[in-house]
Amino acid sequence: MPGVLFFLFFAALPMVLAFCLSFTEWNGLGDPRPAGLANWRKLFDDGQLTQSLTVTVLLTAVSWAFQTVVSLLLGVWAAGRRRNRAILSAIFFVPFLLSSTAISLLFHALLDPNFGIVRGDTLGSTDGAFLAIVFVGGWQFIPFHTLIYQGGARQIPDVLHQAAAIDGAGRYRRFFSITLPQLRNTATTSGVLMVVGSLTYFETVLILTQGGPGTDTAILPYLMYEAGFKSYDFGYASAVASFLVVAATALSLLLVRLSGFGAMRGTREGM
Amino acid sequence: MESTTSNGGRAFSRRWVLGAGATTLAAAGTAGLTACGSSGGPGGGGTLTAFVYGDDAAEVQVAAIDRFNSSAAAKKAKGRIKLEKVPGSAYPAKLRTAMGSPNAPDIFFNWGGGSIKAYRDAGQLVDLTDTITSDPVLKSGFLPSVITAGGIGGHNYGIPMRGMQPVILFYNTSLFAEHKLRPPTTWDQLLDINAKLKKAGITPFALGGADIWPELMWLEYLVDRIGGPQVFDRIKNGDASGWGDPAVLKAAQTVRQLVDDGAFGKGFSSVAYTNGGAPAVFARGRAAMHLMGSWEYSTQLGKFPDFARKSLGWTAFPAVEGGAGDIRDVVGNPTNYWSVNARTSDRDAALAFLRDCASETYAKALIAGGDVPATTNAESLLDASPNPAFATFQYTMVRDAPAFTLSWDQAVDPDVSTPMLTEVDKLFVGKSSPSRFVSALQGLK
Repeated sequence: MPGVLFFLFFAALPMVLAFCLSFTEWNGLGDPRPAGLANWRKLFDDGQLTQSLTVTVLLTAVSWAFQTVVSLLLGVWAAGRRRNRAILSAIFFVPFLLSSTAISLLFHALLDPNFGIVRGDTLGSTDGAFLAIVFVGGWQFIPFHTLIYQGGARQIPDVLHQAAAIDGAGRYRRFFSITLPQLRNTATTSGVLMVVGSLTYFETVLILTQGGPGTDTAILPYLMYEAGFKSYDFGYASAVASFLVVAATALSLLLVRLSGFGAMRGTREGM
Repeated sequence: MESTTSNGGRAFSRRWVLGAGATTLAAAGTAGLTACGSSGGPGGGGTLTAFVYGDDAAEVQVAAIDRFNSSAAAKKAKGRIKLEKVPGSAYPAKLRTAMGSPNAPDIFFNWGGGSIKAYRDAGQLVDLTDTITSDPVLKSGFLPSVITAGGIGGHNYGIPMRGMQPVILFYNTSLFAEHKLRPPTTWDQLLDINAKLKKAGITPFALGGADIWPELMWLEYLVDRIGGPQVFDRIKNGDASGWGDPAVLKAAQTVRQLVDDGAFGKGFSSVAYTNGGAPAVFARGRAAMHLMGSWEYSTQLGKFPDFARKSLGWTAFPAVEGGAGDIRDVVGNPTNYWSVNARTSDRDAALAFLRDCASETYAKALIAGGDVPATTNAESLLDASPNPAFATFQYTMVRDAPAFTLSWDQAVDPDVSTPMLTEVDKLFVGKSSPSRFVSALQGLK
């Protein structure tokens, strides 16, 4: 019950207030003035929303693909029982413990064209900036997902591998026919976390690119921040926020539906 | 699996609050507080609060407030002042939130112009015009162009309180001597130097494009030199059609030519000023010139003292042939200002404190810190500066300027300046053409 109250006060109430604010014009001083649908019209009229949405979706998709592939392979590798691997995975987990802000500042310095390790105009080109965000996000979160996959891979009963080995299946065959299908639910879990996480990705964009070059990496949460805390246009910022809530909810529901996340109980059913 | 699921749920709701709800939370908070805060003014009990941008330079303000609190003026006004140093980049947002709440400061640091317009419109500022004209200390204490730049529409809302920050064209004297170059006074000379430097494999200009505002400095000067200061004056006063002035288009085209010509090198939009990238490019001789605010001098002195002492040269932004602007015109931040909250509990004490900013003691403290104050008495004190030659150059530059244009991003409203900076960035990185740049700016309200 306290949890519910907490949620209502700190999550539900602000959301409702944000939705109300989106119909007003307010610069943070004095009282909000009713503005009708002006903010929503602005949101859907200027091309910024379409572009931001595209960037957000693209960023989510590419991050998901990149992080899933890498953490799946690393996780399966780390699930081996040797001690050095356990130590390695412990070290490997460190990036996840650093704050996103620190990581972004670090990479911003590393990507300096004159004094960094990567020469060239990485953050100044559209593709470069986009890939930098994907990479930095991956660098931070892959360890976490590796851990999930490692756990998932450890759950796979050894008998399956042994039986396959007796049948003459090689390493690759066993990976594709046993490990991968058995990790299906793990992949769903980690995938949902990645997608929801990517939707609220923010610090990395703020520090690495500030939405630039131009507005090429201005994802929705950044757009919201910029409208609210740089332009002091809280009405418009609330409209973006409300849109983000609706979009995120819709996407999560869709993911749950498509992936069968809800019907996950019978993990071992097919065994 | 069970634990992973619940973990996912937690992450979800926490992000929900942080991300989607943050704006509202802040918004709701201040709205609620404003509602209950109508009784009782800020401060109260004889203690006034002052907000200042909390960098190293704030030491001067700390000392001034200590001095004031123990002065006769404070006793007479029965007021004390408490200083709150707000960390740098968070300053504008923190001030905005505070001003919408009952915990608003009585006196606060600002950049004049657009940075205080919203507060003026909300009736939160004390109009200082009469105070200044009726007080000889304040009226003749500061350079007129600087006092004017702190106001809006002919009214004064600010008292100058820090050093002047004109934008200056810095150059590397060693590199210039080596390649037998002289600092440019006309645009043709600048292009000529540009070509020679590129031939020698040196990037002509350092530019911290990742921060965008260094890019803006180029447009500010070019528009002034081509069309004169009145072009931006119109825009600043709310006439968005001013962006359609041919001088803006010409300036944008000139910028494109410079960029295409490689004047800033290739990676400029990945280089920041704030993390020391652009100053390092300049100090290490990879770029020969750097268009930057006067604070570049102290930045170099701090990070590359040898370079600052031996090879750092400075000059005015060159004139453009056939342009309407005067080469003596200056852009940048005339200085920073103190403004007074209209809801202050003790206006007399606040004004008594502001008078101290025109005093010689205050000016001396600024000079000792390497700043050049905007006071009329500053000239006689310049010899005490860590670098008298640079201080004198800066002082005469501002004193003799027919016009001092406030940095555009500080002169216009925040809801215009944010998209404006985005358009400037698009122009520099080639995502927009000069004509699209102009029409996008005309579309800003």
